[in-house]
Amino acid sequence: MSSNAASLNPNDDVNGHDDSHDHEHHDTSGDTIFGFWLYLMTDCLLFASFFATYAVLFMNTAGGVSGKDIFELDFVAVETAALLLSSITFGFAMIAAHAQKQAKTLLWLGVTFAFGAAFIGMEIYEFHHLIVNGNGPGESAFLSAFFALVGLHGLHVTAGLIWMTILIIEILRRGLGNQTVTRLSCLSLFWHFLDIVWICVFTVVYLIGAM
Amino acid sequence: MSHSHSHSATPGNAEEEHVDNHGDVKSYIIGFVLSVILTVIPFWTVMEGDFSKTTTLWIVVVTAIVQLWVHLKFFLHLNFVTEDGRASTFSFLFSALVIVMVVGLSIWIIYESNAMMMY
Repeated sequence: MSSNAASLNPNDDVNGHDDSHDHEHHDTSGDTIFGFWLYLMTDCLLFASFFATYAVLFMNTAGGVSGKDIFELDFVAVETAALLLSSITFGFAMIAAHAQKQAKTLLWLGVTFAFGAAFIGMEIYEFHHLIVNGNGPGESAFLSAFFALVGLHGLHVTAGLIWMTILIIEILRRGLGNQTVTRLSCLSLFWHFLDIVWICVFTVVYLIGAM
Repeated sequence: MSHSHSHSATPGNAEEEHVDNHGDVKSYIIGFVLSVILTVIPFWTVMEGDFSKTTTLWIVVVTAIVQLWVHLKFFLHLNFVTEDGRASTFSFLFSALVIVMVVGLSIWIIYESNAMMMY
């Protein structure tokens, strides 16, 4: 009863019961997730400007290679598969987290992390391969725009992997409290959002570029 | 005792709510299968398909847009039903509008000026 009253009147919090603190986190989790969603929308705009830059510059190859020469679609297809699989495994992790199944959550998060790391590993390999063959970001406007756009996505995925590691440690140490599940929900939005951006990347950059 | 506890004490209601807000295994599987199909089609079209450039471009762009919708619906659970879902959906639609203007109009302006430089 007392905790119900506390939730109706947040000013009562001055009395500082742990119970009402927990309660407050639960009640604001929807706001937290929506706030994070709004951040993602601004991130969309960042990606959109990089896409616009790429669309404007991709023909300016300065006599160097074009997309047709350097894109290997088999390779990109495997990268895409890794990211798509990581999206569904994160979905399973969220279902397990909401059901308060800690071991299952950690297992699916581990699988998600492995797919994400595989994706980043392949991207680093691709960038390294390009740079070693003299097609680094400084060679032409096309390559600058390509490295900037694909690299921006890669940095986001890397940030997601770091965040995932931190949350795995948090779950191991504190279990699946409301706050932790809220954080997981935010990361899940971030992760699915990055998969959506990747759809745009493989369509605009790789598929249309290799046509 | 507290809200969070009474929540799990009535599994029937909680489950129904979960279906709305977080999706269930079935919706993730449906989303995944649709995504695989919508990824294989454009890759196959570009790598193996024997279509004209215009047809290929249309296939690639349309499958990408449909797949965006699949992800938004089945993975991000955007909807017009729940209150949270509506707020997220409208903020997304607004961002999409801004993006269409930023990207679309930039490309239009730059390509037009590029074409004018040719003459």
